Amino acid sequence: MADAAIHGHEHEDNRGFFTRWFMSTNHKDIGILYLVVSALVGLIAVIFTVFMRLELMHPGVQYMCLEGLHLFSTPETCTPNGHLWNVLITYHGVLMMFFVVIPALFGGFGNYFMPLQIGAPDMAFPRMNNLSFWMYVAGVALGIASMFSPGGNGQLGSGVGWVLYPPLSTLEGGMSMDLAIFAVHVSGASSILGAINMITTFLNMRAPGMTLFKVPLFAWSIFVTAWLILLALPVLAGAITMLLTDRNFGTTFFDPAGGGDPVLYQHILWFFGHPEVYIVILPGFGIVSHVFATFSRKPIFGYLPMVWALIAIGALGFVVWAHHMYTVGMSLTQQSYFMLATMVIAVPTGIKIFSWIATMWGGSLEFKTPMLFSLGFLVLFTIGGVTGIVLAQAGVDRAYHDTYYVVAHFHYTMSMGAAFTIFAGIYFYFGKMTGRQYPEFWGKVHFWMFFIGVNLTFFPQHFLGRQGMPRRYIDYPEAFAYWNYVSSWGALLSFASFVLFFGIVFYALFRGAKVTENNYWNEYADTLEWTLPSPPPEHTFEQLPKREDWDKSHAH
Amino acid sequence: MAHEKNHDYHILNPSIWPLLGALAGFIMLFGAVLYMHDVTAWIMIIGFVFTCYVMYGWWADVVAESNVGDHTPVVKIGLRYGVVLFIISEVMFFAAWFWTFFKHALYPMGPESPMVDGQWPPAGIETFDPWHLPLINTLILLCSGMAATWAHHALAHENNREDMKWGLVIAIVLGVFFTILQAYEYSHAAFGFAGNIYGASFFMATGFHGFHVIIGTIFLAVCLFRLMAGHFTQESHVGFEAAAWYWHFVDVVWLFLFASIYIWGA
Repeated sequence: MADAAIHGHEHEDNRGFFTRWFMSTNHKDIGILYLVVSALVGLIAVIFTVFMRLELMHPGVQYMCLEGLHLFSTPETCTPNGHLWNVLITYHGVLMMFFVVIPALFGGFGNYFMPLQIGAPDMAFPRMNNLSFWMYVAGVALGIASMFSPGGNGQLGSGVGWVLYPPLSTLEGGMSMDLAIFAVHVSGASSILGAINMITTFLNMRAPGMTLFKVPLFAWSIFVTAWLILLALPVLAGAITMLLTDRNFGTTFFDPAGGGDPVLYQHILWFFGHPEVYIVILPGFGIVSHVFATFSRKPIFGYLPMVWALIAIGALGFVVWAHHMYTVGMSLTQQSYFMLATMVIAVPTGIKIFSWIATMWGGSLEFKTPMLFSLGFLVLFTIGGVTGIVLAQAGVDRAYHDTYYVVAHFHYTMSMGAAFTIFAGIYFYFGKMTGRQYPEFWGKVHFWMFFIGVNLTFFPQHFLGRQGMPRRYIDYPEAFAYWNYVSSWGALLSFASFVLFFGIVFYALFRGAKVTENNYWNEYADTLEWTLPSPPPEHTFEQLPKREDWDKSHAH
Repeated sequence: MAHEKNHDYHILNPSIWPLLGALAGFIMLFGAVLYMHDVTAWIMIIGFVFTCYVMYGWWADVVAESNVGDHTPVVKIGLRYGVVLFIISEVMFFAAWFWTFFKHALYPMGPESPMVDGQWPPAGIETFDPWHLPLINTLILLCSGMAATWAHHALAHENNREDMKWGLVIAIVLGVFFTILQAYEYSHAAFGFAGNIYGASFFMATGFHGFHVIIGTIFLAVCLFRLMAGHFTQESHVGFEAAAWYWHFVDVVWLFLFASIYIWGA
C-alpha cells in the first residue's frame, strides 16, 4: 500500500521560496496559499463587523463620526457618518462572499484534498490553477483599492451593499464602484477557471477503478460546486458589465429614463446569487460528511442519496432566485412558483441532515474539535434552514423582508454553517497539511467560545427582526436597545474566539506535537489522503493508487 | 524532477506566467478605471500589452510542451474537457445579454410602466433590415465555419495539409470580412449606444459577439501559422480542434442573435 508515500520520504524538496510559493504548479501548495490569504481577508472582514456591532451596541451614534473615529473616548459632538457605515457593510459582504468563503472552501480545501481523494497526482491544469489563485489576489487588491478610492458622498469607498443594486450603484460617484465591479469580475474569472480545472480533474483523473459513484463525498461536493460556479458566475459577469456601461458609457440597462429596468438587475444578480449561496455551503457539506463518519466510527449513512442530494440542491439552486425579491412587484403566480420551488430544496437538504444524524446513530462518538464544529454546523445550519423555510413564504416575507430576521437567517446558514465547516476542515486536516497537531484543549475552547459567541450575536437578531428592526442602518430607536446590546457582546466574544484561533494556528505550527502517523484519526477516515504521510510529499501518487487503497466496500 | 513518475498525467514545472498574468490583468483593469474617469488611457494600454505578452509566452510554453510529448492521450482528453467547459461558461455569459434583450423586448417599460406594456422596438428606433447586411453576414459566418470544418476534415481524414491551409485561409478571410461588415453596419446605425435600451441591448450583445469573432479569427490565424511551422499531425491537433469548436460556438451565437434580435426583435 501507498508506494507513493514511501517514495515521498526520500525526496528532497529543493525548491526556493519564490519558486515554491509564487510560481507554484502544485495543488497542495496552491491550496495552502488560498487558505492563508482567505484567512487574512477574513480577518479584515470580521474586524469590519466587530466595528459595526460596536456602533450598534447602544442607540445613537458613538463611534462612526464625521469628525473622526472615536474608539476609546466619547466625543462632545458626533455627526453620524452614514457613508462609512454603508462602506463597512458593503465590503463585509463583498469580501465574505467572493474573497473569503469561496477561496477557503473551494480554492483551499478543494485544491488540496479533491485531487488527493480521487488519487490524482495533481490538478488537470496545474499552471492555470495558479492563475486562479493570483487572479483571486488581484481581485482582493482591486477590492482594497476600491475601499480607499474616492466614492460616494465625497468620501472614500462605495456604500451600496454587496448586491450592488442600481440605481444606488449606478449613481454612486467616483472610481470606487468601478474598481469594486472589476474586483468582482476578476474574482469571478478566477473562480470560473478554478471550476473548469476541478471538473476536468474530477472527470479525467480519478484513480483506476474509481467510478463516479465510488468517489468520496467531499470530492463530489467540489464537483457539484464547480458546475454551479461555471454556470452562475458568467451571468453575474454580464450583469455587472451592464452596471459598468450604465455608469461610464451612458447605456440605460437599468435606467427607466432610457427604457431600462432596475428590477432586471435584481433578477440577473439573484440568478447568480442563489447558486452562489450553495457554492458557499456545498463544499462544507462534503467536509462534515467525512468528519461525521470518522468520529462516529461508522461509514457515512446513505452515500448514494447523499450524492444525489448534492446534485439536486445544485440543480434546484438555479430555479429559485426570485425568492430574494418577493417585494419588488412580481405577480402572484410568479411568487407562488418561487415559493414552491424554494420549499422543495428542503427535501434534499433534509436528506443530508438526516443522513448525518443516521451516521452518528449507534456510532461510537468521539467529540474531538472537528466533530464539535461539525455538530455545531448541523444544529445551526438546521436553524438557518428552518428560518429559510419561514422566509420562503411570500406572504410572511412581506413582514420579514429587509429586517434583522433575514440577517439572522443568512448568518445562521453562512457565518455559522459555512464558517463552522471551514473550522471543522481546518482542525480535521491540520495535521495532514502541516505535519503538526493542534492542541485539543484549545481547539475545544475555540469551539465553545465561537459557538456561544455567534449564537449570542445572531439569535437575538431573530427577535429584532420580528420586532421590525430594518437591516443596514447605523442607528435604531431605544425600543431595540436590549437585544442589540446582547448581540454586540456576542460579536465581541466571537471575535475573541477568532483571535484565539489564530493563536492556536501559530502555536500548532511552531510548537504543536509532530504527527507521525499517516492516519492520525481512525480507520473510518478511509479516503486516500489518509494513506499519505503528514504532510504529504511534493508529488503525491506518482504511482497511482491501487483499488484496495481506497475501496473499503464489501461489494467487490 | 527528482524521480520517475509512473503515470501519464502532466506534472508541470513551476512557471512565472500565472503571477505575471494576474499582475497584467490588475494593471489593465486598474488602468481601465483610470481611463473611464478621464485620468489616462496609458496604464490600461500598458496592461493590455502586458496581458497579450503573457498570453503569448504562456501558450508558447504549452506548444513547446506539446512538441516534447508531454501531452499524452489522457492529457489531451483533459485539454478538450477544458475547452468545452470554457465554451459552456461563455454560453452562460451570453445568457445575460439575451436575458436583458428578451426581457425588454417581451415586457418593455411603457409610459405608464410597469402596469402597461410599452412597445418594442421603442418608439423612434429604426432597426436594421435583417434581410440585407445581417443576412449576408450570416452567410459569411456560416461559410467560414464550413471552411474551418473542411480544414479539419482535410487534416483528420486525408492528412492533406495543403487543403487544410486553404480551408484555414478561407475561414480567416471570411472572419475578417464579417468583422469589417459588422463595423460598417454599426457606423450606419440609426440609433445610438447611449440613452436608449434598444441601442444598449443591441450593441452589447452583438458587440460581445463581434469581440468573440475577432478572438476566434486570431485563434484560427495562430493555427494557420502553426500549420505552416509544421505543427499538427493527423492524430494530434488539439489546439486546432479547440479553435474550430470555438469558431462554431461563435457561429451558433450569431444564429441566435440573427434570429432573435435582427429578425424577431425588429
